[in-house]
Amino acid sequence: MPDIQITKAKANLWSKLGSRATYGMAVLELSKEYEDLVVLTADTSTSAGLDRFRKSCPEKHVEVGIAEQNMVGIAAGLASEGLRVLTSTFAPFQTMRCCEQIRVNLGYMQHPVRMVGLASGVVLGPLGYTHCCVEDLSVMRSIPNITVLSPADCSETAKATAAVLAHDGPVYMRLTGATNSPVVYAEDYDFEIGRAVRLRDGDDVTLIATGMMVHESLRAADLLCEHGIDAAVLDMHTIKPIDRAAIAAACRASRLIVTVEEHNVVGGLGAAVAEVVATLRGAPPQLVLGLPDSFGKPKDYAQILADAGLTAASICEKTRHALQIQ
Amino acid sequence: MTRSIEQTIRHIEETALRMRRHILDMALKAGSHAAHLGGGLSIVDITATLYGAVMQHDATNPQWSERDRFILSKGHGVLGYYSALAEAGYLSREELMTFEEPETLLCGHPIMNRDKGIEFSNGSLGMGLSLGIGVALAGRRRKLDYRTFVLMGDGECNEGSVWEAAMAAAHYRLDHLVAIIDRNRLQQTGEGSTIMDLGDIAAKWRAFGWQTVEVDGHDIEALLRAFTAANASGLPLAVVADTVKGKGFAFSENNNDWHHGVLTRNNYDAAVIALEEALSDA
Repeated sequence: MPDIQITKAKANLWSKLGSRATYGMAVLELSKEYEDLVVLTADTSTSAGLDRFRKSCPEKHVEVGIAEQNMVGIAAGLASEGLRVLTSTFAPFQTMRCCEQIRVNLGYMQHPVRMVGLASGVVLGPLGYTHCCVEDLSVMRSIPNITVLSPADCSETAKATAAVLAHDGPVYMRLTGATNSPVVYAEDYDFEIGRAVRLRDGDDVTLIATGMMVHESLRAADLLCEHGIDAAVLDMHTIKPIDRAAIAAACRASRLIVTVEEHNVVGGLGAAVAEVVATLRGAPPQLVLGLPDSFGKPKDYAQILADAGLTAASICEKTRHALQIQ
Repeated sequence: MTRSIEQTIRHIEETALRMRRHILDMALKAGSHAAHLGGGLSIVDITATLYGAVMQHDATNPQWSERDRFILSKGHGVLGYYSALAEAGYLSREELMTFEEPETLLCGHPIMNRDKGIEFSNGSLGMGLSLGIGVALAGRRRKLDYRTFVLMGDGECNEGSVWEAAMAAAHYRLDHLVAIIDRNRLQQTGEGSTIMDLGDIAAKWRAFGWQTVEVDGHDIEALLRAFTAANASGLPLAVVADTVKGKGFAFSENNNDWHHGVLTRNNYDAAVIALEEALSDA
């Protein structure tokens, strides 16, 4: 499988540029490996960091204009003829504006279109909730046959892009975070769809996080350590199919499971994990941390996360509290 | 052996009569499940013409890469689709008679099955033309010369996604793409003009940048001419086919009770007698 190697220099560069630009650079790099590649954009080639790709590989790019339903249909038609198809636009438009096209063409018929939702979560908070996306994991997860990914940082975005292009089936990949985003992976590692990465061991509690919340959870684990609590951290980069074995192992080893996501607390990572935890005899309780089930006021990214308690300090405090009341 | 145009027309007309017989039998078989008779019957002459004399295809090699592609965007029109696939050699009479049975290949809306000539799953309206654009772009990319035919309902043109696709096909000058609009003027709950007036629908397709022709959708010669005339415009082709919903039977023509209905034995018997007479005259 054509892969992208992580180096410290690349990880630093990518993190400065953010996940969208990293995705575009990864596509450009991988496009040399795939004669059959087609990338569709809905007037979003620059937003997806695909400007250089568009200019250097015009024969592999299809611009559909601001028309997401049509984009998914055209993508499915191309995929049905054996082409390797990627689509990219802002997450709410990539998932919900064309939800039924995704359901019929990718879910029901299983045409292998790989969708990338840009700027998901609340990074575009100042633009208002039309442009935020706190439902995509939930919506995509409930459609049969669609693999759902949510990389932790820019390095993992590059690795996941390579895996998605090699994967023979419909996929939704959710990109979160701003420019100058934190680095989780500074060195190369094995990325495998459906297999969580154990980033830190710990015997008391397991923090299971996805997207930008992986880094925040690693910092929260450091804070918990200062309080004498030993926290493991799992990067759950694949929301569907969820890594049941990793969750089961975490349940055996921990007194508490904490899920952390930049997504509505309804239907996302927390729900996917809970669906497994609920089936395990003697499993510990689960604390679900995420965005509240409401549309908030327009605010800066960091402020929305802070208000929702999605900071290392708040994750630490809530985890401590949950352990105390047990 | 090459047929004369007259022979071709007669062959298609006979095929269409046999298709209507299949349709009666399938609808009777469906019983209380009911069947979309009206919109299936309005497209019979179109699908008979496409599969009988227009499209390049080979039922013994259904995945032939150079075959012309057909997409039934108005997925509820399956009776006019499965019956054409049977006459074209993709489905047996026994398979047709499994229509709407549990676990059948032939559901009330098409389920993709390329070995049986069913290119896509359809049923949710307004999606087929976008698929057709993708298929046509893939043909261009692969330097294959096939044509892609997408059959839509006029009621289906209420869907906004149809017009997103209409814009894109003209933008990409997909001259190997043909959209056929089954203009039967009726939709689920009544007359299209009162539900959502499409006005001059041919003018709309023209305005979206398509080479557009209007034909009588039951005149085989006119359909043949529309589908096979050289298209030097470089534009996609829209064929607005004026049709009669429920075409072919006295009980069903222009009677919207048969949009989706249960065929009674009395209607069936009367229709079979009329068909047998027409077939013996043919």
